[in-house]
Amino acid sequence: MTDEPTVSDRLKSIGDRLRSVGVQARSKLGEARSRLVAAYHSRPVRQFRSNTLNVIGLVIVLTLILTAIFAPMLAPHDPEEQHLRDRLEGPSAEHPLGTDQLGQDVLSRLIFGARVSLKIGVAVVGISLAIGTAVGVTAGYAGGYVDEGLMRLVDVLLAFPGLLLALVIAGILGPSLTNIMIALAIVGWTSYARVVRGSVLSVKEEEYVKASQLMGTGRLRIVGRHVLPNVMGPVVVLATLDMATVILSTAGLSFLGLGAQPPTPEWGTMISEGRYYLRSAWWVVNFPGLAIMFAVLGFNLLGDGLRDVLDPREEESVQNKGL
Amino acid sequence: MWKYIVRRIISGLAVLLGVSVLTFSLTFFTPGDPARTILRKQMGGRSPSQAAIERFREANGLNDSIPVQYVNWVTDVMQGDLGASYHSETAVTTLIGQNLMPTVELAVAGLAVALVVAIPTGVISAVHKGGRLDYGSQVLALLGLSMPNFWLGYLLMLVFAVQLGVLPTHGFGTFGHLVLPAVTLGTGMAAVITRLLRSSMLEVLDEEYIQTARSKGLKERIVVYKHTLRNALIPVITIVGLQFGYLLNGAVIIEMVFQRPGLGSLLIDAIFARNYPVVQGLVLIVAVVFVVTNLLVDITYRYVDPRISLGGGGE
Repeated sequence: MTDEPTVSDRLKSIGDRLRSVGVQARSKLGEARSRLVAAYHSRPVRQFRSNTLNVIGLVIVLTLILTAIFAPMLAPHDPEEQHLRDRLEGPSAEHPLGTDQLGQDVLSRLIFGARVSLKIGVAVVGISLAIGTAVGVTAGYAGGYVDEGLMRLVDVLLAFPGLLLALVIAGILGPSLTNIMIALAIVGWTSYARVVRGSVLSVKEEEYVKASQLMGTGRLRIVGRHVLPNVMGPVVVLATLDMATVILSTAGLSFLGLGAQPPTPEWGTMISEGRYYLRSAWWVVNFPGLAIMFAVLGFNLLGDGLRDVLDPREEESVQNKGL
Repeated sequence: MWKYIVRRIISGLAVLLGVSVLTFSLTFFTPGDPARTILRKQMGGRSPSQAAIERFREANGLNDSIPVQYVNWVTDVMQGDLGASYHSETAVTTLIGQNLMPTVELAVAGLAVALVVAIPTGVISAVHKGGRLDYGSQVLALLGLSMPNFWLGYLLMLVFAVQLGVLPTHGFGTFGHLVLPAVTLGTGMAAVITRLLRSSMLEVLDEEYIQTARSKGLKERIVVYKHTLRNALIPVITIVGLQFGYLLNGAVIIEMVFQRPGLGSLLIDAIFARNYPVVQGLVLIVAVVFVVTNLLVDITYRYVDPRISLGGGGE
């Protein structure tokens, strides 16, 4: 007889512990599931999925994101591997979407192209969003000359139609994806600044903000607590639609030769390089074209859907078709 | 009213001043010395001597301080002198004049295509709101918005020029050469106009005078086309007019796809050749036209409909 716990006791206690972990995990899972179910049946989500187009948009965007993340696993070939002997081969089992003028696999290049487009999109939208929010909050909050000066700067940038300015800046900086990113961000922040400033101006007049001010809450805190949450909805909608615009613009500028340089697998560049073979190899130009269209369509649909849910006040605004 | 106009003009002038500064400073984004770049090009790739560079800088005023260069440039611009192309010594204004008509032709034809497609589609969409036709045309409009016009151009070329052989693939001059570029340009615009017209029609259809017209027993067709469409088109046409500046963007790409001459090709060639006077001249003219039209439209709107309060410029 000893005090040492027997092996079976130990096993039993381990088993108990495991079981309790399991029970906990199951209850957590159940909780998460019921929360998901509740969210699925909540009003905004119901409203969102009542329109099939919204759901299609979401599915396209998710597909795009997953494709970009898992590109190395999904692509059947190395996107930059050239096989000059297999140039311009039509779709086959080996190359489902054919090969291009350098014998590179079109499908693999499209899959990796999703990475390039999303990366640029997220970077440009992120930078624009950050600058635009900062400028909008400053202008709306400071008012007076600061507001006047900043908004005139916005006016000056908006005086150049569409992507003309981005085109020229990207051209002058020299052809590269980074320069396209810079050019698009220089042009892109203005719309965020306007939206944020408008919200700041209206929120500033609300009773609860004034009350908060009287209680001595600092400005930054008021911005963080009251202003930013109020402006979230319209900004998220704007950013989603902006992704569509940026993807289209990046492809357009790359097509003109100002962006990605071969052999980078970028959709616009693929069309630009493949256009000389339109007669003999239709797949080289048309599959990247389809890819751009679906990506842009996805973000447009998703943005429209989010607007219905998040920003019901906003009238349907027709975005400017840039390039 | 006058107070408004004066205020609006002053803020317009302020914007133009900003535009001129920005346009002028575009050159300073450039890596490398433009004098060296241009001389190298003129000498067929050989490196220019230091003395030649110095002479070029002197002749083109590149040695002055930057504010002096700016003032000189603005003074010249005010007198209608946008400088000369670095490469051909031709005046920039002459180059723009030479390339203006092909682009205007393309823009007008594109707009025509867009209106022919968008007006019936927008009307049908609004009249059958929520129905299948509405759904269908909205999906089409979204596809039109999402389709990159450079791809659409090649797609049309592939079908109508390569496969069917009914139209030329590229070039310029005859009516046949204009069809595919105009359709390419018009598609995106048609999508935008359809969406605008639909929402404008829906708004007008809610107005009391439309209900009055209906209750008088007028035929639905007359109500839709005579009473509603007419009124719904006014804001649409204004916006389309304002968007004309955006056409240059489309022209850059479409002129490249179909190898047409025009302002778009002029710009893209100048960008790649680092021919700054041409780039600056084009950018400046487009921006000035854009700002002035905006101003005129704002003032006219205010004049026509005093209910519209536009607030002090740019709000």
